Amino acid sequence: MNRSPFHPSTFGSLFAAVCLSLAGCKPADTGGTSKDAGSGTGSGANPGKIRVGEYASLTGSEAAFGQSSHKGTQLAFEEINKSGGVLGRQIEHLVEDTQSKQGESATISKKFISRDKIVALLGEVASGRSLEAAPTCQAAGIPMISPSSTNPKVTEMGDYIFRVCFTDPFQGRLLSEFARKTLKAQRVAILSDTASAYSVGLAKFFKDPFMAGGGQIVLEQKYSSKDKDFKAQLTAIKAVNPDAICVPGYYTEAGLIVAQARQLGILVPIFGGDGWEAPQLIEIAGGKALENTYYSTHYSSENSDPLVQAFVAAFKARFNGETPDAMAALGYDSAKVLIDAIKRAGSTEGPKLRDAIAATKDFPCITGRTTLDASRNASKAAVILTVKDNKFKYVETVSP
Amino acid sequence: MIEFLQQLINGISLGAIYALIALGYTMVYGVLRFINFAHSDVFMLGAFVGYYAVKKLGVPVGGLAGGLLVLCLAMSICAIVGILIERLAYRPLRSRPTLSVLITAIGVSLLLQNLGQSVFGANPKAFPRLFPETNLHLGQLSITSNQLLVIAVSLVLLAGLHFIVHRTKTGTAMRALSFNATASSLVGINNDRIISFTFGLGSALAGAGGILYAMNYPSIDPLMGTMPGLKAFVAAVLGGVGSLPGAALGGLLIGLIETFVAGTGWSTYRDAVAFAILILILLLRPAGLLGKSRSDKV
Amino acid sequence: MLPRSQIVLLISLITAGIISASSSRIDDYILDVILGIGINIILAVSLNLINGFTGQFSLGHAGFMAVGAYAAGTLTTGPGKVWFDASGASPALLFPFVLFAGGLTAAVVGLAVGAPSLRLKGDYLAIVTLGFGEIIKVILQNIEWLGGSRGMVGIPSYTSFFWCFGAAAVTIYAAWALVNSTLGRGFLAVADDEIAAEAMGLNTTRYKIIAFVTGAFFAGIAGGLYAHLKGYISPAGFDFNKSIEIVVMVILGGMGRHVGVVIAVVLLTVLSEKLRDFGDKRMIVYSALLILLMLTRPQGLFTWKPARKAITG
Repeated sequence: MNRSPFHPSTFGSLFAAVCLSLAGCKPADTGGTSKDAGSGTGSGANPGKIRVGEYASLTGSEAAFGQSSHKGTQLAFEEINKSGGVLGRQIEHLVEDTQSKQGESATISKKFISRDKIVALLGEVASGRSLEAAPTCQAAGIPMISPSSTNPKVTEMGDYIFRVCFTDPFQGRLLSEFARKTLKAQRVAILSDTASAYSVGLAKFFKDPFMAGGGQIVLEQKYSSKDKDFKAQLTAIKAVNPDAICVPGYYTEAGLIVAQARQLGILVPIFGGDGWEAPQLIEIAGGKALENTYYSTHYSSENSDPLVQAFVAAFKARFNGETPDAMAALGYDSAKVLIDAIKRAGSTEGPKLRDAIAATKDFPCITGRTTLDASRNASKAAVILTVKDNKFKYVETVSP
Repeated sequence: MIEFLQQLINGISLGAIYALIALGYTMVYGVLRFINFAHSDVFMLGAFVGYYAVKKLGVPVGGLAGGLLVLCLAMSICAIVGILIERLAYRPLRSRPTLSVLITAIGVSLLLQNLGQSVFGANPKAFPRLFPETNLHLGQLSITSNQLLVIAVSLVLLAGLHFIVHRTKTGTAMRALSFNATASSLVGINNDRIISFTFGLGSALAGAGGILYAMNYPSIDPLMGTMPGLKAFVAAVLGGVGSLPGAALGGLLIGLIETFVAGTGWSTYRDAVAFAILILILLLRPAGLLGKSRSDKV
Repeated sequence: MLPRSQIVLLISLITAGIISASSSRIDDYILDVILGIGINIILAVSLNLINGFTGQFSLGHAGFMAVGAYAAGTLTTGPGKVWFDASGASPALLFPFVLFAGGLTAAVVGLAVGAPSLRLKGDYLAIVTLGFGEIIKVILQNIEWLGGSRGMVGIPSYTSFFWCFGAAAVTIYAAWALVNSTLGRGFLAVADDEIAAEAMGLNTTRYKIIAFVTGAFFAGIAGGLYAHLKGYISPAGFDFNKSIEIVVMVILGGMGRHVGVVIAVVLLTVLSEKLRDFGDKRMIVYSALLILLMLTRPQGLFTWKPARKAITG
């Protein structure tokens, strides 16, 4: 073996490495960004751009949600910049991709805060990644608004962390009410995704109030994200003959589950949460299988409210006729709530901005009038949709 | 009882797909003694060829002819891709240790997956319905026409492969090559040609598997091959790698075991069970159920 | 007078301490990237013991990292927090013990995984380790008090420059010392020709297990550092792709080489940051590079001496 020159050079290269990366990163820092960034954090007297960061899963397994949400946010900032910006300043919208990967969000939030000097951070769709970036924002005193992380833990991370969507406990409660009152179901089976924090949480938040209300959970079955065959679980569910089946997962699996349930001759209602929200749901399951299925979500693009219709029209015009889904609406809302707060605060300083966001009351969002409560969660109405004739159809609105 | 029979049907139809993929693994392993990691991604490619044939080329579907056309298209494109992979990535390494080939195979697999994510997009796509579908009900039991099709196609392909391997000249050459590559080239067999043929055949099977899988589970994405690929690999090892009936038996067993594990409330450990079987079989009976054991040559 | 290698280790540790003392002047983002490099160095160097020097092929390194991360996280955040707080000592002092405990747990799991599976060879071992990595993930997802699939939240950020690069220096030193010991000769013998080694009377499984368990130990330490750097861990983050990332670093650097691997880690991590905008295209380049490298330069990109026989054949 090459003994003597071998290891010292290893240590040498280790430290050369550190110096190299320091050298490699530093110049960029003193270069372009920091000059205008200084003005970005100014107290409003400075006419530079306001920098807002957004981190989203633009690629990877949750890209469908991340892309939608990102488009909504993008549209909101484009609109505000066209109409002259906020506090007389334009908004510079910085975007980073988390690739649906763990570990990226922490790095990205640090990058945004320490190098790009953003005034606020928007994101993420997935609760896991919001939980990762939240401590950085909290420590730096930069407000973060999550568009659609529904896990209750997210806003518990600190008083700079907000969300504009409802939480899983609320969604679970409304689903349990819906199952008992509208579907008249007494005996319900649950099929949830153990690999997804969202699904496990929502299943629990459905189960507790449902059982407290006198309902019975006859069987709990599980699967893992990316599974494709659910017939084994569904056959077991069929054997206990429930009144309805709760599938609190994402559309990728929910679509297959519904299709396979119908193939097995299970005709009872199947329902789930906002994870079902995607046009692909109908393509995957087929419109016919989806009849007698229901899911709760944040908004319906069919809502006749002029605000909603204006948003749908603007979104379609901007993105090749695509109909915005709930994630897009929430992405849009998160940006709007932030812009509104900057206006009211008259400043982009962390503490002032935080207080202004916390004071958001009855703000007209696409996803309903939004008030942020003491624990920084949005309390707002949810809608329940179903599928009829290959189209999503509005069923009812449930207020908190 | 009804539940048990229904689970049996579920298990067999799932197992038939694993068997189909396992056949490809086993054939390549038989002649080259290495695991073609990229096999499961060729499988994915097959599904996407089907998707684009319908969506972009506008092959009419819903009837028998259109569906068969898509199937043939996927099989031939996958065969070409398989031959190209072997020619470009594996052949230059044939004299190298297995580790180099293994790494290259992982590289090819990753390349296909990542190219797929960037070309097809990472979002799952809904696979079009190729053949007319019906649900058949037998009392309380139900089976779809797609499930029957998968079982039938698997049986036909198994019989076809058996014929090729045992009754044709190419098949004899394949077997000779798998016994001893040096000796087979000494008796005038063109090893390169036989290996290309094996890869083409194995990849065509993967392509067919991809289409059948996508028909049963109509949500396809660039990473869809990984899990079924691993399960099929376990099936191939369980049945005895290198043995065609072994692969079919292994696939069937894995499908059944998984279904019964998932049906009894242990579904979260369903993937773990497959790997546990793999470890057990490798420790207790490395040659598999139907394989012949062979010792290492020095 | 200490041997030269130990002097170098000492100097490295002191340098790490000095840089660490002034690390508050480095901005958060760059510090995060640099600490990420340190953690990746530990992961790659420890995997290199298994995949490079001993000629085995493990695809489950992220699984051991997960075990270490969760074990360490349990002590500072989870149920172990009571004990951690009650001890009264400063967290900075206790942290190395937490890391060590994480490493130890990973080593124990490594032994449990390695003992049965290391009797297998080549591609079988690759699949079995891959399977174990996935099983560890599934088990973690099902343990409620570890946060299940939601993950462990609010882990304090104890990972400093000193602990990160101190651990990296110790890992490199340990790997180097091990490879150049009698045991290391055994590793190389197994890598060069397992059958011949066995014929010479070597207990090859024993050497493989020692390399594997040592690798798992350091992966566990890296996991602990990672958990206390990012502040949040979830089972899904330690999947097959994470293992592959580490494997790519080892292969690009050169299997059975320390210098090349360290250079590869630094370059890949810095490039990943620089090429953030290219996102998914990055992985295409890595995988293509992997194939090209095996075809044309199997000794690795950053190793200039021809590789040992076992890898070039």
